[in-house]
Amino acid sequence: MPLHPRAAARLVIFARQIFELAMPTLFDKVWDAHVVTSVPGGAQVLYIDRHLIHEVTSPQAFNGLRQRGIPLLRRDRIVATADHNVPTKDQDKPIAEPLSRKQVEMLTTNCAEFGVELYGLGHPYQGIVHVIGPELGITRPGITMVCGDSHTSTHGAFGAIAFGIGTSQVEQVMATQCVLMEKPRKMRINIEGDLQPGVTAKDLILYVIAKLGTGGGTGHFVEYAGSAIRSLSMEGRMTVCNMSIEMGARGGLIAPDQTTFDYLEGREFAPKREEWEKAVAHWRTLPTDADATFDIEYTYRAEEIPPMITYGTNPGMGMGVKDRIPQASALHGEASMEKAMQYMDLEIGKPMEGMPVDYVFIGSCTNSRIEDLRLAGSLVQGKRIAANVTGIVVPGSQQVAKQAIAEGLDRVFEAAGFEFRGAGCSACLGMNEDKVPAGRYCVSTSNRNFEGRQGPGARTILASPLTAAAAAVAGKIVDVREFKI
Amino acid sequence: MNPFKTLTSTAVPLPIEDVDTDQIIPARFLKATTREGFGENLFRDWRYDKLNQPKENFVLNNPTYSGEILLAGANFGCGSSREHAAWAIQDYGFRVVVSSYFADIFKGNALNNGLLPVTVSPTVLDEAFRTIEQNAAARFTVNLEEQTFTNEETGTVTGFEIDEYKRTCLMNGYDDIDFLLSQREKIEAFENQRLDYSL
Repeated sequence: MPLHPRAAARLVIFARQIFELAMPTLFDKVWDAHVVTSVPGGAQVLYIDRHLIHEVTSPQAFNGLRQRGIPLLRRDRIVATADHNVPTKDQDKPIAEPLSRKQVEMLTTNCAEFGVELYGLGHPYQGIVHVIGPELGITRPGITMVCGDSHTSTHGAFGAIAFGIGTSQVEQVMATQCVLMEKPRKMRINIEGDLQPGVTAKDLILYVIAKLGTGGGTGHFVEYAGSAIRSLSMEGRMTVCNMSIEMGARGGLIAPDQTTFDYLEGREFAPKREEWEKAVAHWRTLPTDADATFDIEYTYRAEEIPPMITYGTNPGMGMGVKDRIPQASALHGEASMEKAMQYMDLEIGKPMEGMPVDYVFIGSCTNSRIEDLRLAGSLVQGKRIAANVTGIVVPGSQQVAKQAIAEGLDRVFEAAGFEFRGAGCSACLGMNEDKVPAGRYCVSTSNRNFEGRQGPGARTILASPLTAAAAAVAGKIVDVREFKI
Repeated sequence: MNPFKTLTSTAVPLPIEDVDTDQIIPARFLKATTREGFGENLFRDWRYDKLNQPKENFVLNNPTYSGEILLAGANFGCGSSREHAAWAIQDYGFRVVVSSYFADIFKGNALNNGLLPVTVSPTVLDEAFRTIEQNAAARFTVNLEEQTFTNEETGTVTGFEIDEYKRTCLMNGYDDIDFLLSQREKIEAFENQRLDYSL
């Protein structure tokens, strides 16, 4: 007698469950340990360990709580900072722009009213939310973490499940410490081999996004693996995970290892003494089991990755610095390419190497950590930036700024003609006054080259801190591998 | 949240792929602290020039097209997680966005606000674009109860997927937060059975 279709479907689900239980991935282990309950239809109530908030996506959530008359469930799970809207000059003075000032002040009053820890302007821990979480040891392996910001994927570098949410969900997490979500599908991206000299984690992720497109990761959580990933520092891993969202992935993560533990040990809020030992023992159990399977898997060779730049108006429109701008393809249709070329005032089939640039921005949650500043600093040391270039360096946090100053990097940048600013999101998204004027080209270490992202009409070329620094000195797009340091 | 059951309307075509939320609502308009009023800046830089004059060639400025359905190219809503994008689309007057696929965060934000994202095949989407090109007054029906999208001009009826729980929420105007609050006991039990939830 043939099996009833419903019974057959149940058998398949049962078999898959057994399969998954037997061979879980890093993502499965962390996700499954945080499921409070499942809802008929597929969604799950996922417990959130850490919630980061900032001034832009939280005011409506606090208002919602007030209107409903409900308190925060776990205020010790939330940390707030002001980053998107803050000026990067004169940070000790009141914010000049009235709307920005109002929004930042509202964060302060909301945090005071609801009892949330705030690292606001002037606090030594203030900075870009995705820079301060890791550097304070708030981010750690095996936890779930959310923030009303798509680049929350950054924290996945520690083997955490971290993803961006909208303001309604910010309110939900405030009220219940949970989100309601279907478990995403699993993707693994392996990068094997060694990166060439002059090629960084930023080039690696721009290369992957150029291969998969801005929608290639939609519906998935990505695990980055392979020898090239394992060789990266935590800063490099954060750069990679940060840009997972730029291929549409819900988040990215990397198995925790000795590099992770060494980075975290001794940080402000990292576990201490016996707690540390217990934590590390637990974290060592998290990596993906050898025979675990993924819904989709890609493998690339690290040696094949060149220094990357973008030519278009989304992060998937990237190419090697020596390449010519490609024709329309399955990833970028003719209409998209035409629109992008018109906005960027560039031409299909032409190279970009040698093209003059006007601005260089070194900063953002992608590339504003101390290692990024050291890398860019090593290139500009003893040199001057070109007369046609305006260069700004914006450290990711007060702590990064302090460290950079202690190492003399501020003087290196200033001697070269860069401005060295205070911490914040700055010209990555042009919410404050740090904008690129219309029609100007900016080589930027940030994450998005969308139309108008750095200011109305601004033309963004995404690149690594090394390529950006080289462009500043040369005054044009250059291949950093050939650049005389 | 207003309940959604069925809608028949003309549609506004935006046949561009990878429309990111920075285009839907640029960052400089995110300084508001309430959910209202974002509609006037929907697609601000595509809609208005530097002097704040409407750009004639942009579809929202073309009086030929109107309706409560926005028909958009693949990967709609990619980029920033800003829920302001969903608020802006809704505040402008759209109740449904149809595309061949949506970015995950945008889709979640839309659902949390009662703005219905309808995913159809690229073929169905292309046909809808062609239909509007031939007749701007063409009507489309989105029936949430039956989970169908109908091109009233061609008669093409196609099903769309939506999470069963989410469908119930939308049809009744329920928020996730009401449901999550009702799970409070389970959430606290979960916290208590964890050895150390900070690890």
